[in-house]
Amino acid sequence: MDKFTVISGIVTPLDRPNVDTDAIIPKQFLKSIHRTGFGPNLFDDWRYLDHGEPGKDNSRRPLNPDFVLNQSPYQDAVILLGRENFGCGSSREHAVWALLDYGFRVVIAPGFADIFFNNCFKNGVLPIVLDSVVVDRLFEAVAGSPGYTLRVDLPAQQITTPEQEIIGFEVDPFRKDCLIQGLDDIALTLQHADDIRRYEEARWLEVPWLFDK
Amino acid sequence: MSGKTLYDKLWDSHLVRQDDGGTALLYIDRHLVHEVTSPQAFEGLRLAGRRPWRSQSILAVPDHNVPTTDRAAGISDPVSRVQVETLDLNCSEFDITEFTMTDLRQGIVHVIGPEQGATLPGMTVVCGDSHTSTHGAFGALAFGIGTSEVEHVLATQCLIQKKSGNMQIRVDGRLAPGVSAKDVVLAIIGRIGTAGGTGFALEFGGQVIRDLSMEGRMTVCNMAIEAGARAGMIAVDDTTIAYLEGRPYAPGGEHWDQAVSAWAELHSDADAGFDRVITLDAGSLAPQVSWGTSPEMVTAIDAVVPDPDAESDPVKREGMRNALAYMDLQPGMAITDIRPDHVFIGSCTNARIEDLRAAAAVIRGRRVAAGIKQALVVPGSGLVKQQAEAEGLDRVFTEAGFEWREPGCSMCLAMNADRLEAGDRCASTSNRNFEGRQGQGGRTHLVSPAMAAAAAVAGHFTDVRQAGDT
Repeated sequence: MDKFTVISGIVTPLDRPNVDTDAIIPKQFLKSIHRTGFGPNLFDDWRYLDHGEPGKDNSRRPLNPDFVLNQSPYQDAVILLGRENFGCGSSREHAVWALLDYGFRVVIAPGFADIFFNNCFKNGVLPIVLDSVVVDRLFEAVAGSPGYTLRVDLPAQQITTPEQEIIGFEVDPFRKDCLIQGLDDIALTLQHADDIRRYEEARWLEVPWLFDK
Repeated sequence: MSGKTLYDKLWDSHLVRQDDGGTALLYIDRHLVHEVTSPQAFEGLRLAGRRPWRSQSILAVPDHNVPTTDRAAGISDPVSRVQVETLDLNCSEFDITEFTMTDLRQGIVHVIGPEQGATLPGMTVVCGDSHTSTHGAFGALAFGIGTSEVEHVLATQCLIQKKSGNMQIRVDGRLAPGVSAKDVVLAIIGRIGTAGGTGFALEFGGQVIRDLSMEGRMTVCNMAIEAGARAGMIAVDDTTIAYLEGRPYAPGGEHWDQAVSAWAELHSDADAGFDRVITLDAGSLAPQVSWGTSPEMVTAIDAVVPDPDAESDPVKREGMRNALAYMDLQPGMAITDIRPDHVFIGSCTNARIEDLRAAAAVIRGRRVAAGIKQALVVPGSGLVKQQAEAEGLDRVFTEAGFEWREPGCSMCLAMNADRLEAGDRCASTSNRNFEGRQGQGGRTHLVSPAMAAAAAVAGHFTDVRQAGDT
């Protein structure tokens, strides 16, 4: 996983609530057995005018000019600005893989669905929850100046606007540390392998039927 | 000191360790695996030179990609085929029990776990699928995880978690005939919204929940995730125990008696505190139909499509306008005037034997209406299909004009060949009405099995409480 410390870049506004993971990456692309290559099909149903399928040459497909990712300068954005309940629905981690593969490293919204929120941290993507009033203000700022950029400083837990306004944000200390250091969760957990074995031995005495089959 | 909730008890009994910041290592008893969210996890395991911590805890089944027509011909879509074959190879490499595509026990992962007794009270159950909340119906802590977490559970038998809040949803009263578990859970989601349960573990209780069968309880817990909660659960009672007795993976002999006495503790204490309590009186509850592109966009069968102009929140108003445009519906239109052209009875929400019985009871002796292009019944598992056929339900459906298919996820998410075309409108017993969920441009109305059956016969949504009279 890539380390995450400070990221600066263009903010893409996606102004609708309840953006679900089916919309982020439609089901036909979940047939892949790999973690990469989902970027060209991020928001496929909204982004293209035709029906997408795995293996199709996306560079030849008709783009939907009304969709924000097809408008300049959002092709190069690294920060996505969303509305409440972002990432609801299916547990598919492919949604985060698609955002990351496209180039997004930060998603800002007033609220996230739990599984999506969790999946972000496992892949070096930082989901930031901000008060809906602040999110409203950011939407207005972006609408007023397309190409609007933000600087996101994870160690300091601060967002800096072009006007040098500082917006603080909360992040769980453990997750923050994993992101900054690019840590592998599994290796961390396996440091406690003895604890896991001790738990299993005690549990087996208490509820042996859970170990029957 | 106040007592513990069911969630508190399940959490505490699975805690391997916890740091000062509240980050915990939680032990996982049962890991269910399917073909879509596991290949990258197995690949990660291989690349790191790791093996599953406890292969015996894993049960695998292909369900999302499998065809629901003749299985002997294999899977014609080469990309789907590779994914299912990859599951077969991974399970054989890592000594994992798998019910393969041609096994009679194959089916939707959330149907077969309970059916086999592989989901037990007091367990933690995870799966790379958000509808894992289903298994909470057994007094288990069950929730969906992403693929990185699938790999984590494979490698360590644990998950890194933080505890959620406790929310109780109490459903009082008695359901009217024709009103089902699906209507209850849709009404709950309509009430608290699709983010209403975010950050909480839900416990469903009250007279209505206690009166439900295990199938009905699974329907309710299945859709906890549609209310934003990763986990939904219901206390253990005699209904739970009666369902489990004698199932292949349930404990036997002496262990059964020990288990049953231990399970008596799996309820919230009388003095347990909840962070949030919601109560619902189900006595006046009407059958529900979703009208929009989020499960919270739902109303009663005798209501009309709502008017966005009446919504004061500008973000919600815009969301409603988008939804109505996508669904091609007008504010004020009677729900009973909406005419589906497809009917889908299936999914991990509503493809169990009781669901098929409820739908068949409405259809018996009738015909699918002329305006319906396709009506599908997709049983949740091979064993559900076998049971339904033993009861003659397959003939009730086929004689009415339904197609009787092989088990799988099918048109709930349209990863296999079963899907809507753009503009098609479907009365569906599944769980999500998102844009494009059942096929790009397809329009989904979420309903109960009886309501889907009634719509199939009438050609439009109709109140199943009066379906006998029309």
